[in-house]
Amino acid sequence: MNIFVFIQKDNGTINRNSLEALAGAQQFARATDAQVSAVCFGEVNDQLTEYDIQQVLSISDPGLNSYNPQLYCEAFNQVISAHHPDMVIFGHTYQTRDWVPRLSAKLDIPFVSDCIRIQNQNGLILTRQIYQGKINTDLKVEGSVLVSIQSGAYRLDSIVSGNTSVQQFEVNLDSVKCTVHPGEKFQESKGSVDLSRAKIIVAVGRGIGKEENMPIAKELAEVLGAELGSSRPVVDYGWLPHEHQVGSSGQTVSPKLYLALGISGAIQHQVGMKGSSNIVAINKDGNAPIFEIADYGIVADLFEIVPKITQTLKDHKG
Amino acid sequence: MKICVLMKQVPDNDSAIILSNDSSSIKLNDITWCTNESDTYALEEALLMKEAHGGEVVACSFGRESSQQVIKDALAKGADRGLYISEEESDGFDILSTAKIFTQALKDENFDLIFSGLQSNDSGNAQLGLLLAEMLNMSHAALVMGTEVLNDTRIKVKQELEGGWFQWTELDLPASITIQSGLNKPRYASLRGIMMMKKKPIDIFDSSQIDSTGSKNKIFLDKMYIPQKVKETTFIEGTPDEIASKLGDLMINDIKVF
Ligand SMILES: Cc1cc2nc3c(=O)[nH]c(=O)nc-3n(C[C@H](O)[C@H](O)[C@H](O)COP(=O)(O)OP(=O)(O)OC[C@H]3O[C@@H](n4cnc5c(N)ncnc54)[C@H](O)[C@@H]3O)c2cc1C
Ligand SMILES: Nc1ncnc2c1ncn2[C@@H]1O[C@H](COP(=O)(O)O)[C@@H](O)[C@H]1O
Repeated sequence: MNIFVFIQKDNGTINRNSLEALAGAQQFARATDAQVSAVCFGEVNDQLTEYDIQQVLSISDPGLNSYNPQLYCEAFNQVISAHHPDMVIFGHTYQTRDWVPRLSAKLDIPFVSDCIRIQNQNGLILTRQIYQGKINTDLKVEGSVLVSIQSGAYRLDSIVSGNTSVQQFEVNLDSVKCTVHPGEKFQESKGSVDLSRAKIIVAVGRGIGKEENMPIAKELAEVLGAELGSSRPVVDYGWLPHEHQVGSSGQTVSPKLYLALGISGAIQHQVGMKGSSNIVAINKDGNAPIFEIADYGIVADLFEIVPKITQTLKDHKG
Repeated sequence: MKICVLMKQVPDNDSAIILSNDSSSIKLNDITWCTNESDTYALEEALLMKEAHGGEVVACSFGRESSQQVIKDALAKGADRGLYISEEESDGFDILSTAKIFTQALKDENFDLIFSGLQSNDSGNAQLGLLLAEMLNMSHAALVMGTEVLNDTRIKVKQELEGGWFQWTELDLPASITIQSGLNKPRYASLRGIMMMKKKPIDIFDSSQIDSTGSKNKIFLDKMYIPQKVKETTFIEGTPDEIASKLGDLMINDIKVF
């Protein structure tokens, strides 16, 4: 089996999620007799030649210097037509979300996105989460496949070192008529809340129900001297400004205590808070994915519990 | 602008997801269905664009019979027409085959724009709108957080990137964009809207004649199961008073919050 791993670069630096995908590919290859190659657009970082992989394919073309989904698709199309890999693995980055589905349609090769495991069990088995992380599904593959790997699914420190050669691969992108024109990147003006330094965070999820209930969480935060955090829906509904959002499209936090109130624990939320020292979750659904990463769990209605905790803490402070 | 909005019927957030006995599907009996969340934002964005620039909004759904409810809700909110793609058993695992069915259903409509949600809450492929862009030869953008019509042939979108970054991208029409939640405030249907809905047409496209499985590359379901926990959670139990006092004790004495 021939596996290619695409190495995404952000401003010249290798994307961490791509390296995790490489670690996953190596792990799979060790259990089978597969061979792993890396594919990289533009200059090859030295780092990449220090891993145990068969080769690095380097594709240098001015069209690939900055991200354009149509040029990326055509370049990769030419790589695949020349080398026929059985599986191509990507990190499940936002960029992957933008161009790899298009590549899948172009090649007529299915794209199994956001996988948490690639295994060999009498053949390739891909595991991904469905129903918002409530169910896992194992998929089998016939023919070739494109795969993306969820952030954090494989550990970076499990990458095996070695050395490898770099091969140049020529592409011709003249045929592409670009109809997508990416422009400048920007950050919205930074708010006043820096959750990354917070020692205690009381985080509110959709389980809070309505805006009028927000004071229940705010009072608890106040007595704890905590910052307020939130999941995405709470920001989408306008109950808190965006600067309070924790997760892949919000802030990454690592407080001493993260108290999750009515948050289900979707992966995009988890990536922003799983580094917290103590995670306490209150959720009425005992099967909510948040309990997979919580140190302490309370399966209950937050409206019955939270005001009482606030009172207990107030009494203690006197 | 002639805009198609792809809207999927999915279990609502509070529905219990229970595996069938043979672990090949979930039990459908107790599920309450709703429209996929990001699709409601996609519909709102399409309606706002129509209100500002004129045109037509077509709500399109593929799935079991009950999926027509998703279309009716969209019509009540202001969509002009429905397009229902019938399907007896939808497993949703092979999104590439699904996209081929949509391509057949949509290809003669010549939409200027296809709006879809960035990802469905059940299968979560995050792909359909982008697969269609390639199959229908349209430009595309994923994770859209804002739209602006520049002229008859071009729009500008704000795309979300990781960690609070964004990017402007211009797209030649026709274009297919996937909408991220939170870019607008989805409206509720008015009483008048609900009355009007009954007069609006829903075209039906029968997908049973389409062979979408012709590819030599295929995905099959092996099994479904409940994920195993990676962390040992200590559950705090008791009456609300007991829980509050145990948790207070934990926070004060073990985690040392003060
Ligand atoms: C590309 C992308 C980026 C994203 N970025 C982010 C991000 O940065 N941050 C983020 O948070 N999400 C993000 N999301 C969204 C994410 O996938 C989830 O949809 C979101 O995190 C869910 O928020 P929630 O847990 O508050 O809501 P839900 O998933 O609806 O969960 C609500 C929970 O509250 C519980 N509940 C309800 N009532 C009560 C009660 N009375 N007492 C106790 N518990 C109760 C329910 O059991 C449920 O578990 C992103 C998604 C995508 C696709
Ligand atoms: N069966 C369907 N009917 C209508 N729209 C769909 C269907 N499946 C997917 N979509 C659309 O495509 C988006 C992404 O779905 P998915 O690729 O399954 O994550 C959804 O948010 C919908 O807008």
